[in-house]
Amino acid sequence: MLEQQLLNALTLGSVYALFALGFTLVFGVLAVINLSHGAVFMVGSYAALALVTHFNAPLWMAMCGAMLASGILGLLVDMLVLKPLRAREAPHLIPMIATIGVGIMLTSAAQGLFGAEVLRFPEETLPAGEFVIGDVHVRALEIAIVMIAFVLMALLFTILKYTQLGRALRAIAESPKAASLLGINVEGLFHVTSFAAAALGGIAGVLIGLNFNAITPYMGQPMLHKGIAVIILGGMGDIRGALIGGLFLGFAEVISKAYLSSQMGDAVAFGLLFLILLVRPSGLFGRKLERKA
Amino acid sequence: MEWFNDFWSTYSTLVFSVGVHILLALSIWLTLSCGLLSLANAAFMGIGAYVAALLTLHLEWSFGTVLLAGGVAPAAVALIIGAPVLRLSGVYLAMATLAFGEVVRITVLNLEITGGPEGLNGIPLSTEAWHIALILAVTVYGLARLRRSKVGRAFEAIKEDEIAARLMGIDVDRYKLLAFSLGAFIAGIAGALNAHFTFFISPREYGFENAVDILTMAVLGGFSNLIGPMLGATILTLLPELLRSLHDFRSLVNGAVLVLVVLFLPKGIWEPRRIRAWVQRFKGGRA
Repeated sequence: MLEQQLLNALTLGSVYALFALGFTLVFGVLAVINLSHGAVFMVGSYAALALVTHFNAPLWMAMCGAMLASGILGLLVDMLVLKPLRAREAPHLIPMIATIGVGIMLTSAAQGLFGAEVLRFPEETLPAGEFVIGDVHVRALEIAIVMIAFVLMALLFTILKYTQLGRALRAIAESPKAASLLGINVEGLFHVTSFAAAALGGIAGVLIGLNFNAITPYMGQPMLHKGIAVIILGGMGDIRGALIGGLFLGFAEVISKAYLSSQMGDAVAFGLLFLILLVRPSGLFGRKLERKA
Repeated sequence: MEWFNDFWSTYSTLVFSVGVHILLALSIWLTLSCGLLSLANAAFMGIGAYVAALLTLHLEWSFGTVLLAGGVAPAAVALIIGAPVLRLSGVYLAMATLAFGEVVRITVLNLEITGGPEGLNGIPLSTEAWHIALILAVTVYGLARLRRSKVGRAFEAIKEDEIAARLMGIDVDRYKLLAFSLGAFIAGIAGALNAHFTFFISPREYGFENAVDILTMAVLGGFSNLIGPMLGATILTLLPELLRSLHDFRSLVNGAVLVLVVLFLPKGIWEPRRIRAWVQRFKGGRA
């Protein structure tokens, strides 16, 4: 029983981490809390579903398509909404408020286009197969989800750590102005970051949609809240923190749902987040508290 | 008078909600005027609504005391959580208040006394038009006086530059706490009023979306003065009624309004300086 729960937790936690990585990347590089990330997540799962049902695309192709679609969406949000605000040097809460508006628009558009009811992937498109190890039933789908999530995260870590692009991004995270003086194309890398972050959000949407096989226009909102919890747990803008925070939230949620009550599971996540903010606003693994007015 | 009776029987609920939304927009204006972006106002409204409804239903207190309790309860909560939460600023404060709102919503969803997900039913319809009008008048007058008082100027100084304000000898933490709990008080009264004309309340009405709606009203109207939030609340309450034909796409307009206002009218619709400039240009054109 416990092993089964742990497997659930690992599956959920790895997707939370993937989602939160995009979220925290945008905060680290652009210094914007992008509250449309939840809606982008939802759009990703609808895009994959549309590719599978309307174009009979195989699942892997649908995933790539969903990443592309949500990435382009993220790029558009950056170019049309965030860029003008950067140009105006708007106070940093203003972009956050604007992305709330974007999120509402996307959710409402999805509801108008696809309806409010739950949509599902056709059974035959899902990877079948189940292994039994001891008492634990492992679905092939869960293995695929965990693998995809970890491969993508490893890819992101490698890029950030070892490539010229990653060094440039880290320089921007320290100070966009200094980076620009060093000859880094800051605007261009803002676009790249927005694309990559949204693509990660979109694929996370596909994975959650597959795991529960349920897609609704409202699935982005709770995920956004979890993303916020994760990046605060891990420290805002902290890539490693997002990974550990995501896994931690997955475990905390599954365990509290199993041993407390199913509804209170969500409250535990937020209670935890609330506590962390009060005690250690820089996150569990954060360095010293920065006071940003 | 007959047309008025017709109008009133159809639209009284709408007029009531305009009043309640104006109160809510003013409550977030108060915290914003002190430089605090708090997303907890929907939760404070919910606490007010539930406390008031429960007092009416179980203890049968008179409406006046119920309203007062509906304001005092969330203000007390704000005082308690305010001390630690208000040490945070900017995005961190917004996230903390958002998390607080979710905790409140989920708690209400799971408690027995609040009726869980079904909410509370059969709340007597005690709210009358003059209650809302009176409370609105008192609030607006009070806030207008507050703006011009020592307290209001302290809020403004904190909003402009917290460190400078502290150096001038302003007790920043105390004023922030005051703005936060006074905002909670107003939001709570709005919630209590709302509960007593909608007959029914449920946790769904006090979630993140509602916190965002309240913020949108203030942002749309502009929060450099009191007229802005009132105008924003009125427009955003009436807009969905005018857009009935759009059905599912109605909240699309809300989102678009938020984005467009932030992009093109950073100070909101009601910005006295720009309006004066327009008037000047208009006069100039005619002369």
